[in-house]
Amino acid sequence: MIAFLIKRLMHAILVMFVISVLAFAIQDNLGDPVQQMVGQSVPESEREAIRERLGLNDPFLVQYVRFAKNAVQGDFGYSYFYREPALEVIARHLPATLELVFAATLIIVLLSVPIGVYSAIKPRSPISRFFMGASIIGISIPVFLTAIVLIQIFSIGITVSLFPEGTAWGAWLNGLLSTEGNMPSFGRGYDLVHVVGHWDTNLVTWNGLQHLVLPAVSLASIMLPLFIRLIRAEMMEVLQSEYVKYARAKGISMRRVYFVHALKNTMLPVITVGGVQIGTMVAYTILTETVFQWPGMGLMFLDAINHADIPLIVTYLMIVGVIFVVTNTIVDLIYGFVNPTVKLTGKPA
Amino acid sequence: MTLKKTLLAAVIGATVAATAMLPMTANAETLRIGYSADPETLDLHEQLSGGVLRFSHLAFDPLVRWTKNFQFEPRLATEWEQVDDTTMRMTLREGVTFHSGNPFTAKDVVWTIERLKESPDYRAIFDPVASAEAVDDYTVEITTSEPYPLLLNLATYIFPMDSEFYTGETEDGNDKAEIIKAGNSFASRNVSGTGPFIVTDRRQGVRVDFKRFEDYWDTESEGNVSEIILTPIAENASRVAALLSGGVDFIDAVPPNDLDRVRDADGVELVEVPGTRIIGFQLNEERVEAFQDARVRQAVDLAINQEGIADRLMRGFATPAGQFSPEGYSGHNPDLVPRYDLERAQALMAEAGYEEGFSVDMIAPNNRYVNDAQLAQAVANMLARININVNLRTMPLAQYWPEYDTRQSDIAMIGWHADTEDTANFFQYLSFCIDEESGAGQYNYGSYCNEEIDALVTAADSETDLEKRNEMLREAEAMLYEDVGFVMLHWQNLAYAAAEGVDVEPVVSALDFPYLGDLVINR
Repeated sequence: MIAFLIKRLMHAILVMFVISVLAFAIQDNLGDPVQQMVGQSVPESEREAIRERLGLNDPFLVQYVRFAKNAVQGDFGYSYFYREPALEVIARHLPATLELVFAATLIIVLLSVPIGVYSAIKPRSPISRFFMGASIIGISIPVFLTAIVLIQIFSIGITVSLFPEGTAWGAWLNGLLSTEGNMPSFGRGYDLVHVVGHWDTNLVTWNGLQHLVLPAVSLASIMLPLFIRLIRAEMMEVLQSEYVKYARAKGISMRRVYFVHALKNTMLPVITVGGVQIGTMVAYTILTETVFQWPGMGLMFLDAINHADIPLIVTYLMIVGVIFVVTNTIVDLIYGFVNPTVKLTGKPA
Repeated sequence: MTLKKTLLAAVIGATVAATAMLPMTANAETLRIGYSADPETLDLHEQLSGGVLRFSHLAFDPLVRWTKNFQFEPRLATEWEQVDDTTMRMTLREGVTFHSGNPFTAKDVVWTIERLKESPDYRAIFDPVASAEAVDDYTVEITTSEPYPLLLNLATYIFPMDSEFYTGETEDGNDKAEIIKAGNSFASRNVSGTGPFIVTDRRQGVRVDFKRFEDYWDTESEGNVSEIILTPIAENASRVAALLSGGVDFIDAVPPNDLDRVRDADGVELVEVPGTRIIGFQLNEERVEAFQDARVRQAVDLAINQEGIADRLMRGFATPAGQFSPEGYSGHNPDLVPRYDLERAQALMAEAGYEEGFSVDMIAPNNRYVNDAQLAQAVANMLARININVNLRTMPLAQYWPEYDTRQSDIAMIGWHADTEDTANFFQYLSFCIDEESGAGQYNYGSYCNEEIDALVTAADSETDLEKRNEMLREAEAMLYEDVGFVMLHWQNLAYAAAEGVDVEPVVSALDFPYLGDLVINR
């Protein structure tokens, strides 16, 4: 176990090193940060002086060694745009993103398991067919569009006048399809509760939760269909296996067979995929956060790119790399608990 | 019984008190703003940008400010007179206090001008100013090294800072007055101005909160905004949605594609104003020999249908241009209008010996100006009709300027706003013969050079008789028009939108920094 964790720690360090080298290598293609810092009529000599002060004129290796030296001591440089240490900026934006990912994960888990299981047990029922069809559509709609549509329906509101307004049924149908649209469409709201350090939470106030709903739903919309289909497929396979047939033959109640015996084995691959996908979701927040002006790491990263804020870009990429390693480690640990036959260190038992 | 009575009395008392309070509180309004960007810094002199200028007009006051018609309106300076060719005497407003409580006097103005001359972003603009001197507490004399007609234009950039507040050392031993680009200086985080609003909280890229300054000097202003919450919303669609859903009361930069939608929406009003930023193209004469021929440049200009672009591609969200200066500017010449004429363009190409045409590269940004990439594409297509085949490359802003600076392409797109709100500025940066020493022609991508025009504009810039000066600048515009030293496209309009009852029309102008201190909200 400890050997496993140490190994993963080495992984994390290696990942950070490789990412930092890559990020540094491409920094010249990210644009000129000085251009973003000065007014249009500032003469070249002033620009040169700023470049010199920021050390942007030094050769690649000199810049990298300077960065690496400081980074080892926990100093990842100074964000040009936020005028703060890059790590500090990320720490301030991290909670918002984690809350968003948490909320989206919750939605995915709460919906995908029951829907997936149901459509595996009753594959021919109209409800299952509906969910399978919907999930195909869901997988193919880009998150940006989902977000805009959600905002139009639930924040701005739509007025439907498709049916004759004069008749009772027409008015009723129109009213049914029209929406008021009072949901907040941007930001985290003004009603945050401070928890600790940089962490202000949306999760404990009504207003905060309202702000969280639309971004969380649109973030969940990418993964939800995938998980429904995955759980369904795994469950159907498990239901064909010998031990399920045996359990049935033994006369165990179907509920117990489905939810205790079959579901457990269904979840094994789901956990693996899920862990990896949570990491991916952190990346997807860039789009969701941009549309909803959600002040998390994704929005921050986009700002950093637009301002060619190199220290922040490099630090962000390294941190995301670490998040991937950490989630994968946790997944492996959980996998070990769920399925004790798996040996983490890979040595023969 | 007594308890009941006491309670009753208390309730009545509270009700009376509440009613008495009402007229005051009913007037106070919170304004929630969704701008496309927030100020990069709170230090006015760290960066000359739209975001910082907008902020300057909230927390500070300029000596004079622009009216909608490009006239000067007294703010912290109440009167001004030219003492001699190089000296202007300004009388300052009395009884003004800073947010810190310090009184505003002439020494703050002198201090601010000196700091402006230290600022990397303002140094070049304030170069004509030689010195500033406090004659007494409420009189300042500003001296220029040579006769300079645009001193009042510069005064719109002088937002007096609280010299006492910004003097001294911080706890960690830094000078409070220092200007550090993209650094953590005292002035970039702390504010004391004279303006209508005090910054109460700020998280970069997330929000800025303001509340009205109770001791604000301008008691005649009818503005009733007591609190401002500014949220930067960079994504166009999200900004519009935030307004339509009632999440914010006021947004800037409504994208052209959403203009109709915002115009038709209930409870929202759209305010369009003609802008002052010229959008155009520069032909690189160093790389393409043909562009050295005035006839080819004219052909390029004649082949571009400015009216059509403004009408269709921009959906009326631009004013077609035949010169640098928009209406209202000193050098605006009403005779110079776009002159699309394809046949003449083709004839000119033939005359210059380029009937067969040639191929060129073009670069354009894709996230800087409204519809920039599409504009470049449209122009490329139009040039194909005079057999100039354009190979267009578009790129994001962060990459565009470094690429632009190398001057390694044949045609480049640029948008320019004159910091001085004056005609001469366009020439000095965009069409002057390049002189690295003086910085002239810093953005003259095409290395266009016409010494006659340069001489005329330079002479105009030391002409203090404004009538005469305007005449000279109009002449310069006409010469550039004839010679096509710059391919004009249009001035991009500005569009704001606000919730009903938020009367933004009187406080917005072509200058793109709304005077929100005077904003009246009547819900």
